[in-house]
Amino acid sequence: MQTRRDVFQAIADPTRREIINLVAAEALNLNAIADNFAISRPAISQHIKILTECGLIIIRKQGRERFCEARLTPLSEVADWVEPFRKRWARQFDRLDTLLDELKTKKPRKKKS
Amino acid sequence: MPNNVTTVKAEPGKQELFIYREFDAPRELVFKAMTDPKLLPRWVGPCDMKMRIDKFEPGSGGSWRFIHVDAKGNEFGFHGVCHEQLVPQRLIRTFEFEGLPESGHVVLETARFEALPGNRTKLTIQSVFQSVQDRDGMVMSGMERGVTESHQQLDALLAAGF
Repeated sequence: MQTRRDVFQAIADPTRREIINLVAAEALNLNAIADNFAISRPAISQHIKILTECGLIIIRKQGRERFCEARLTPLSEVADWVEPFRKRWARQFDRLDTLLDELKTKKPRKKKS
Repeated sequence: MPNNVTTVKAEPGKQELFIYREFDAPRELVFKAMTDPKLLPRWVGPCDMKMRIDKFEPGSGGSWRFIHVDAKGNEFGFHGVCHEQLVPQRLIRTFEFEGLPESGHVVLETARFEALPGNRTKLTIQSVFQSVQDRDGMVMSGMERGVTESHQQLDALLAAGF
């Protein structure tokens, strides 16, 4: 079976998701990325290689440095890339519902008019 | 309450996102729950974290700083200024997450409260980012926490041979 190289594979690994998060904030070179992880540099290199093959990272040469930049558009291929973000808000709003119910019953609002 | 579904609109390549939600409560009450420092910690933030209010000056020109503390005691700070507080229909604030590698990635947030029939309220939050990258980074930050759910979806998609 041929190895998959798509956005699903890119985000299937927690280290790769963490790398995407890091370079989404700013372009970083390999050393700067590796400094954030306890695993070896070659292992990080391998993850970055997969991310570039999946089209989520591009390598930009600047002098002797090679910077990794995020290209997040392919993530829209993941039908619900927004879903975890939405769920986080949904959970907050569910708690807000509970609070509002409580406020409604506790305080029969006094209307001064 | 089938209409009380949280919807997020984040179109590819745009610098903004929208969050929509309806509530079975009058808008004065929803507005209060979103602006009262005693009520905010009851619902804001991830459920496995405690929320602490460092500073909260509601009203136009005030500033705010909230801190989320996880079970290990790690703190995540957020701050901004209140640009406008128009009771009970509109809130405009800036928002910045202090945990980013560099400061200056500020979000402009507008919350609109619309009164619906039957004492219901529609809340629309618009967040405008400085770049598409900033917006996508913010949306992605939910990915790590929601990883289990994503994987279940991923598994389902892969199983279906999409």
